[in-house]
Amino acid sequence: MVVDGIGASVKRKEDLRFLSGRGNYVDDMNRPGQTFAHFLRSDVPHGKLNKVDISAALKMPGVVAIFTGDDFTGVGGIPCGWQIHSKDGTPMVEPRHPVLAAGKVRHVGDPIAMVVAETKQQAKDAAEAIILDIETLPAVAGLTAALAAGAPLVHDEAAGNICFDWHIGDKAAVEAGFAKAHKIVRLDLVNNRLVPNAMEPRAAIGDYDVSSGEYTLYTTSQNPHVIRLLMGAFVLSIPEHKLRVVAPDVGGGFGSKIFHYAEEAALTWAAGKVKRPIKWTADRTEAFITDAHGRDHISTAELALDAEGHFLALKVNTQANMGAYLSTFAPSVPTYLSATLLAGVYKTPAIYAEVKAVFTNTVPVDAYRGAGRPEATFLLERIVDVAAREMNMDRVEIRKKNFIPKEAFPYQTPIALQYDSGDYMATFDGCLKAADYAGFEARRKASAAKGKLRGIGISTYVEACGIAPSAVAGALGARAGLYEVANIRVHPTGSVTVFTGAHSHGQGHETTFAQLVSEQLGVAHDMIDIVHGDTGKVPFGMGTYGSRSLSVGGSAMVKAMDKIIDKGKKIAAHLMEADVHDIEFKDGKFSVVGTDKAKTFGEIALTAYVPHNYPIEELEPGLEETAFYDPKNFTYPGGCHIAEVEIDPDTGTVSMISFTAVDDIGRVINPMIVEGQVQGGIAQGIGQALLEHAIYDESGQLLSGSMMDYTMPRADDIPNISVGMEVTLCTHNPLGSKGVGEVGAIGSPPAVINAVVDALRDYGVRHVDMPATPAKIWALIDAYHPKMAAE
Amino acid sequence: MPQISLTVNGKPASATVEARTLLVELLRDKLHLTGTHVGCDTSQCGACTVQVDGMSVKSCTMLAVQADGANVLTIEGLVNADGSLHPMQAMFREYHALQCGYCTPGMVMSAIDLVETHPEGLSEEQIRHGLEGNLCRCTGYHNIVKAIAAAWPLMHNKALPVAAE
Ligand code: FES
Ligand code: FES
Repeated sequence: MVVDGIGASVKRKEDLRFLSGRGNYVDDMNRPGQTFAHFLRSDVPHGKLNKVDISAALKMPGVVAIFTGDDFTGVGGIPCGWQIHSKDGTPMVEPRHPVLAAGKVRHVGDPIAMVVAETKQQAKDAAEAIILDIETLPAVAGLTAALAAGAPLVHDEAAGNICFDWHIGDKAAVEAGFAKAHKIVRLDLVNNRLVPNAMEPRAAIGDYDVSSGEYTLYTTSQNPHVIRLLMGAFVLSIPEHKLRVVAPDVGGGFGSKIFHYAEEAALTWAAGKVKRPIKWTADRTEAFITDAHGRDHISTAELALDAEGHFLALKVNTQANMGAYLSTFAPSVPTYLSATLLAGVYKTPAIYAEVKAVFTNTVPVDAYRGAGRPEATFLLERIVDVAAREMNMDRVEIRKKNFIPKEAFPYQTPIALQYDSGDYMATFDGCLKAADYAGFEARRKASAAKGKLRGIGISTYVEACGIAPSAVAGALGARAGLYEVANIRVHPTGSVTVFTGAHSHGQGHETTFAQLVSEQLGVAHDMIDIVHGDTGKVPFGMGTYGSRSLSVGGSAMVKAMDKIIDKGKKIAAHLMEADVHDIEFKDGKFSVVGTDKAKTFGEIALTAYVPHNYPIEELEPGLEETAFYDPKNFTYPGGCHIAEVEIDPDTGTVSMISFTAVDDIGRVINPMIVEGQVQGGIAQGIGQALLEHAIYDESGQLLSGSMMDYTMPRADDIPNISVGMEVTLCTHNPLGSKGVGEVGAIGSPPAVINAVVDALRDYGVRHVDMPATPAKIWALIDAYHPKMAAE
Repeated sequence: MPQISLTVNGKPASATVEARTLLVELLRDKLHLTGTHVGCDTSQCGACTVQVDGMSVKSCTMLAVQADGANVLTIEGLVNADGSLHPMQAMFREYHALQCGYCTPGMVMSAIDLVETHPEGLSEEQIRHGLEGNLCRCTGYHNIVKAIAAAWPLMHNKALPVAAE
C-alpha cells in the first residue's frame, strides 16, 4: 500500500522553500558581471518612427550599449506558432513582428530601444535621454472601429485589418435547422478584454559564455523548450545545442507566460554582443502594456429550438481582437480552442461558426486561462438561459432536455471534436444539490425582505484540454508537435529523479508527479525529485498550458516507468534465476510469482549500476528511461457551476454570496491541489464577470493600465468556494485524468452573469455584459424607473 | 550617497544607498534577501510586505533611508533557529494557502500582523477585509482565509473566540 500515492492529499514539497523566502524566481537570480536593461517603449498607439536619437543617451553614466530596431534587421521576427486559413483557402495575414520596432510603432508599449547599463536606475535614466521623433498616425483600438470602412490600417498588408476570416461547421444543416425552428433566440455578447496579471512580473536574463559560445536565457516561462525552439530557430538562428533556456520558479502564468516575447530575444542577442549577462525585470505598468491580454471577442449567437425546447441548430459569428501583432498561439484561440466547443454539453445537431480575426493598435491578445473555451461557454450558457426565459421553460429543465446522455459516449459533435467520456447529469444533479438549488426561493424572499435582489445562476460546460494529439493539432494549423516527454533516472541506491517537459508555476508538480512515482515504483517521497524548467537538464518538452501537465506529461511518466519496470523484471529474473514472465512487480518489490523469492527496487537499481552478476550479453547496465507520450485525443473535463449573488438596488453593487462547483476532471491524484486549482480558476472567472476590464480609449491608450485602475479580485470580493467531484475516467490515457487547470475559469463567468440577470429579472434585463460593475447594474435598474430616478 | 545601518532579522546590516532607493530594493538587491517580492508599482499588491519596528509595512512604499536605525523583519526571519516554521507558515502549508508562492511572503507577513493586532478574535469577514492590501492571483483566497483562522489559536495560545466559519 502506498500512502503517498494516487488520491492522497499530500502536502506540497515546494511549500517549504516558498514559505521561508527561499524560492528562486528569475528576478532573485544574479549572474556574475551582470548588466541591466531598460526598454524604451512607445507611448503612442500608432506612429511612424522617423528617428531614434541615442547620441546623448550613450554619454549617460553607466551606459554599456543602446540597441534600436536598426540593430535587429539581420534577425528574424517573433514567430507565430499556429496558422489559420480563411474560408477561401488563403493563409492568415502574418505581418512581421520585429524584436524592436522598425519603421513604425503599433501599440502603446511597443519596444523602441533597449538601454544596457551597469545599474537598473542608470538604464532608466539613460532611456529618458533618448530623443524620439514619432509622427503620430490615426489608430484603431476596438473591433468595431478596426472593421469600419476606411479604418486606419495597422499593417498595410492586412486589408480591412483582417488577419483571417474563418469558418467551421455545416452551414446548410444549420440553415435547415433554422427553417424548421419553432423559435429562434438571438443574443449579442461581448467577452471582455482581460489582463492576466500573474503576480510575478515577467523577467529575463540573457547570458553568453565566451569560452563555449553557448547562450543561456533565464526567463519567466511556462515552456522553456518552446521558447528555445521559437527563439533559436526562427529569431536568432542559434542551434539548440548552443542555447539553453531556464525557467526556474515562476510566479504564476495563466497563459501569459507561454508566449515568446520580444524582450527574451533582445536580451539573449544583446548578451552575445556586450559579452556580459543582461537582466531585465518588468514593472507592473510595463506588464500591463506588454504581456499578452486575453479574450476580447464580440459575438452574435442564434439558437433555433423546436416547440419542446430541443436545440435544433446554433449559428455564431465572432470578431476576435488579435492586437497589433500575432502572439504565439493567438490564431488558435477564437477558432480551434473556442468554436469547436460550441456544442458544449448539448446534443445540438447542427452548428456553424464564423470568426474574423482583427488587427488593432493594442497589445497582442492570446491565450489566458481557458483560452477560447470560456468565450464559448459564456456564449452558450447565456443563450441557453435567454432561450429558457423566452420559451417559458425552467432553466434546469431546458438543460436536462438537451444534455448529451452518458450512454452516448464516445460522442461525435457536429464540429470536429469527439468527447470520450462524461456524465453531465451527474455533475449537474450533484451541483444543484450541493448548492441547495431547491431551497433558493426561500433565500430570495429573505433577501427581498432586506431590500436586496438575490439571484442564482447555473452554468454547465465541457472543455477540450490535455493539449494535444500532434497529428490533429498539425492538421488544424499547429506548427509544432504537442506530445510530452519524461525521463526517469533511477539512481544506484534506488532514489529517483524525474525530468519532465511540463513546467510548474503554481500547480504543485513537484508533489503530484512524485505521487505518481511513489504509486508506480513504490519509492518514498523524500527519495524522489522532480526536475523541470531547464532545457539543459530535461531532454525535451512542450511545457504547461491547456491543462496538459498530468494527462499528457503524467502519461509520459507512466510510460517511462513502465519501461523501468520492464527492465527491472529482466534483471530480477536473472538474479533469481526465474523466467521473466514469472516476475511480478508490486509495492516496490520484484518477486517470483508463487514463491517467496523477491528483490527490492533498490537492490535491482544497485545491480543495474554495479553489474557484477548481470545479464550483460542481453541488457545494458543502468536504469534510466525516456518516453514521449502523444495523446490519442483531447481530454474533456466537464461540470456544473452555480453562483448565488445579492444586488443592492441602491448602489448596483453585486455581492457574491456563494459559489458551488461540481466538476468531472477524471482521476484525481491530489485532491487538495485539485481543489486549489478549481478555487483559483473560479476567482479569476468571478474577476472577469464582476471586476476586470482592460479598457482602451478610442485613440488606443490603455486606461486601465495599473492595479489602481484595473480591478483585481481581492479577498473580500470572493466568497467561499465549494468544490465537488463526480468522476468519469478519460478513456484514452493511462491515468484516466482529464485536467483541472482551466475548468474554474471556464465554468464560472456565465454562472455569475446568469445569477446577476436572474436577480434583475423584475427589471426587464435580458443580458448584462461583463464585467457587471455597480455602474452598469445601477444604470439598468435606473433605466427601468426613469421617472423615479429623475425625481 | 547616504550610508545607513539597521537590524534585519535580528542581525546588524549596513549599506550605501541612493536617496531614491526603496526599502524593498535595499532588501533584495543589497542584502540579497530575495524572499520579499515586488508585484506592482502602485502599492496595491502587498507582495513586498515586511515588518518595520513591529509595524506591517509595504517595503516598496518606504525609502531605504527611512529605515535607518530600524528593526526590520522579513519572511526569511520567521523560520526558527531549529528550522521549524512559524505557526502562520505552518498553517499556510497545512491548508494549501499557496500555489506559485509569489504573493506568499507578503501574504504571510500581513497575516501575522492581522492576527497579532486582533487578540480579541477574528471573523472570516475581518480576515477577508484585512487582506485587502494583498493580491493573490492563484488561490482564490479561500485557503488563505482558512489558514489564517487556523493560525490564530496557535499564535494566541487559546481557542478562536469568533469562529472564522
Ligand atoms: S510591490 Fe509593494 S505593494 Fe506591490
Ligand atoms: S500563490 Fe501565486 S499569487 Fe498567490
